[in-house]
Amino acid sequence: MFAFQYRKAKTLKDAVEILAKDDEAKPLSGGMTLIPTLKARLANPTQLIDINGISELSGIEVKDGALIIGAATKHHEVATSKVVRDALPALADLASHIGDPQVRNRGTLGGSVANNDPAADYPSAVLGLNAKIITNKREIAAEDFFLGMFATALEPGELIVRIAFPLPKKAAYAKFPHPASGYAMAGVFIAQTASGIRVAVTGAGPGVFRWTEAEQALTKSMSAAALEKLTLAADDLNEDIHGTREYRAQLAKVMATRAAAALA
Amino acid sequence: MTTIKMTVNGKSCSGEVEDRVLLANFLRDNLNLTGTHVGCDTSQCGACTVHVDGRAIKSCTMLAVQADGADVVTIEGLAKNGKLHPAQQAFTECHALQCGFCTPGMIMTTAALIKDNPKPSDDEIVHGLEGNLCRCTGYLNIVKAVKRAAELSK
Repeated sequence: MFAFQYRKAKTLKDAVEILAKDDEAKPLSGGMTLIPTLKARLANPTQLIDINGISELSGIEVKDGALIIGAATKHHEVATSKVVRDALPALADLASHIGDPQVRNRGTLGGSVANNDPAADYPSAVLGLNAKIITNKREIAAEDFFLGMFATALEPGELIVRIAFPLPKKAAYAKFPHPASGYAMAGVFIAQTASGIRVAVTGAGPGVFRWTEAEQALTKSMSAAALEKLTLAADDLNEDIHGTREYRAQLAKVMATRAAAALA
Repeated sequence: MTTIKMTVNGKSCSGEVEDRVLLANFLRDNLNLTGTHVGCDTSQCGACTVHVDGRAIKSCTMLAVQADGADVVTIEGLAKNGKLHPAQQAFTECHALQCGFCTPGMIMTTAALIKDNPKPSDDEIVHGLEGNLCRCTGYLNIVKAVKRAAELSK
């Protein structure tokens, strides 16, 4: 690790001010991606601003038809929160399968969404539920937030404060985890929302995306059989040592089928 | 350099560290608690698992300065008054190790697992140990040991 200065921010204002003054400073949330990145000397920040313990970034509540979760909420808290389990069990289930127990005890919702790893689980729920990302500056719709591999609409010095997930009628998530890392080789979040059925795919492509053909098919019939004749176009999907793009297309279809079966 | 203070295995400890020092290194190098092992150093193997404020975490993926003020328990702090923790007792009884390198992390994860879930199923145990790797492939006995640890904890 290169040397840096660590500072624990007491308030959101505090954190934002430090980040605004120093382009090379980085916010530190759970650190489940950032610390391994630092250890590999792939980043060289001047300062790490620890945003854990900032009260504005915590809390879980249901308000005005949405589940609102503070950005610094750990995966373990989302997975076990009674409020989440009652209001949006698919999200609790998703959180309970992120990484491993030690990762879930440190990693945070905001950190995962801001990092936008193409194989992360949360982005599929954020896009699938058409969630709103509330930052210290503005509200960003999920559709406008994810800009491809590790890229988001967040500006320098902009921090996610909380995320509001509109409550669906029903939702389900299915993923095929990479056996070693637990990251999604393909993960599919299906939500029956007030504005229709949404299908969001993570892990398979360079970033989370909606599979509109599956949405149309499931609108006609919410069943595994409805997806049988569909093929997800493989052209833009990821190909690496773990699998070809055609394999990932097939995996995504199988995961969509499982999620659809859970909702049927 | 930053001065940090924390409770480790019930005792108040302090030290001066560079901000980039990992909790695992602080425990091993500053406090001489070498029971916490660093296996992969890439956040995958879980040999460095300790409890911070009651939760299992990988101490190679947390800065020592982040644990300032925290309550930390390492493998050295599990036994009480000379009596092994049920997880330690169970790993011994079930021969849940070969080389033993992963064992401190396995035991710390097990202790946390049975605290959260006093009667885990085989599936829940396997899922619960996802963050710990054993390269001797001793998982069968490890799963047996977790079950035994749950029984011993009743």
